[in-house]
Amino acid sequence: MNATVVNQQQIITLRGRKVVGGYAAGEALVTKDTISGWGGINPMTGTVIETRHELRGQTFKDKILVFPGAKGSSGWSAAFHLTRLTGMAPKAFVFNEMTTKIALGAVVMRIPSVTDLDQDPLQVIQTGDWVIVDGDRGIVEVRRPALRG
Amino acid sequence: MQLTDAERALCDGSEGKAKQKAMDLLIRYGEALGAERFVNTTNVAGVPGYYNPVLLDYYKVTAEDAYDVIYSRFDLDSDEVVEVPRMMVNSCALQGGVDAEGWQTLGKSIDALRMSETSEAASAARGIRILKTCTPYLAGNVPVQGEHCAWMESSAVVYCNSVLGARTNTEGRESTSAAMLTGKIPDFGFHRDQNRCATHHIEVEVEVASLMDWGMLGYFIGATVGEHIPVVTGRFSRPELIHHKHFGAAAASSGGVEMYHLEGITPEAPTLEKALGARAPLAVIPYGKTEQQRTYDELNSKASDPNVDFVMLGCPHAALEQFREIASLLEGKRISTHCNLWLFTSRAVKGEADALGYTKVIRAAGGAVLTDTCSSIAQAIPPGTKVAALDSAKQTHYLPAIMGIQAWFGSTADCIDAALTGRWNGRRP
Repeated sequence: MNATVVNQQQIITLRGRKVVGGYAAGEALVTKDTISGWGGINPMTGTVIETRHELRGQTFKDKILVFPGAKGSSGWSAAFHLTRLTGMAPKAFVFNEMTTKIALGAVVMRIPSVTDLDQDPLQVIQTGDWVIVDGDRGIVEVRRPALRG
Repeated sequence: MQLTDAERALCDGSEGKAKQKAMDLLIRYGEALGAERFVNTTNVAGVPGYYNPVLLDYYKVTAEDAYDVIYSRFDLDSDEVVEVPRMMVNSCALQGGVDAEGWQTLGKSIDALRMSETSEAASAARGIRILKTCTPYLAGNVPVQGEHCAWMESSAVVYCNSVLGARTNTEGRESTSAAMLTGKIPDFGFHRDQNRCATHHIEVEVEVASLMDWGMLGYFIGATVGEHIPVVTGRFSRPELIHHKHFGAAAASSGGVEMYHLEGITPEAPTLEKALGARAPLAVIPYGKTEQQRTYDELNSKASDPNVDFVMLGCPHAALEQFREIASLLEGKRISTHCNLWLFTSRAVKGEADALGYTKVIRAAGGAVLTDTCSSIAQAIPPGTKVAALDSAKQTHYLPAIMGIQAWFGSTADCIDAALTGRWNGRRP
């Protein structure tokens, strides 16, 4: 794993491909479940509403959303697009599986987005980690307090 | 992305501002996908310029002046408002949220109706076909084999790829609105031969014949293969249009199936080997009595109260042969006073049903025939509804979560029996 320790912080760098450019830093929200747009989120509150989803009731507003990818209705992009208008959007997408739903969603939300990473972000990144996404370079940097040895 | 001279002309604004903005969005989308070029699409189905109160409020416009604003800023993701001209290619509008005739039954406001009518008139003025259905292929828009399409609506997408052999990805509102103006869509996914072959082999070991059987099989397959492409072999009788409609819709909602093959039946599966593209499947999965019963139980896990107060049929929108069956089951009878029955369809099919007297029979029994939408899309159920009965696995997947009600799943006859008696008597297969 590509990791270094600087100032008591462990820094892990993942390298992938730009989906949408731009730069964002924030707290990670990680799920191993794919996410539905229409019928799966409430764009007015920025929360996941799908029954039996592990993030049900949690908000993704201003988070770096780390997830496998999109599923469900073709209204995916429009539902996430609305979160940009309501101010409930995540700050960035980090994901594994490219589909037309997620590509279009990321584009119209205009948030930095990266995929095809050299390590599985679902394994490496934990909810609460501080994550920096450099969309143009396809780089995701994860920072967390270093374990004292 | 590599652009042709004609595409560059669209981009530089010489064909007008709206097409320029549409190309800007399509290029950003194509690059996000990693596509290298566009294909020419001649058939686009979407929800162009549809209004809702959130959009009107956000862009601070009234319904009368909203079309260009919403089309530019939301559909085309443009910061500048441009004048939206006539569409360049065959384009149609899919289901919306209001039925112009039955809006009061749906509990919609006059404002919601006006909003929908204003948006519809503006689309029509730009040459968009007002089909208002999730089943454009039953309403006069039937792509030919190999045609590059850009369609929304997962149940229509899977029908387009699998049954018609036309080619579409699951597009979204923004990409379809841009494609209507330009006739372009990224060359990705199902537009390419190598991405249309089956990856999973489903062996059916139990008889699959009725609409309910096909719905359960689709629901099982979607939950099992997710976004992959199944090829199905074994004990099923040759499906009719409505069986494909319910099978594909179920597989697209429990998973993300956008294309399937039925050995010896669908156009790209003359043989199992051809469907698999001469590769070995990633998995061979049996579907027998156990899997069928498990699927039935899963679909019925959201209901416990046998007192049914709402029956909703027509997901995806009912075909004429479904009208015939429903009308024959209801002829000369009355729906229970404790129960409502709503049947959803397209305007095109309703016209046929009217002509054959089916609508009259259903209404005489106390049922409502509605168009343009469904309970999930419109978020509309009769006031006080607690328990629904449905003959669609797709609607059973969505409606309880969206409306917070119980829902039973069964055959069309089970549902009509529930409407007449107010009780669920559906039987496990």
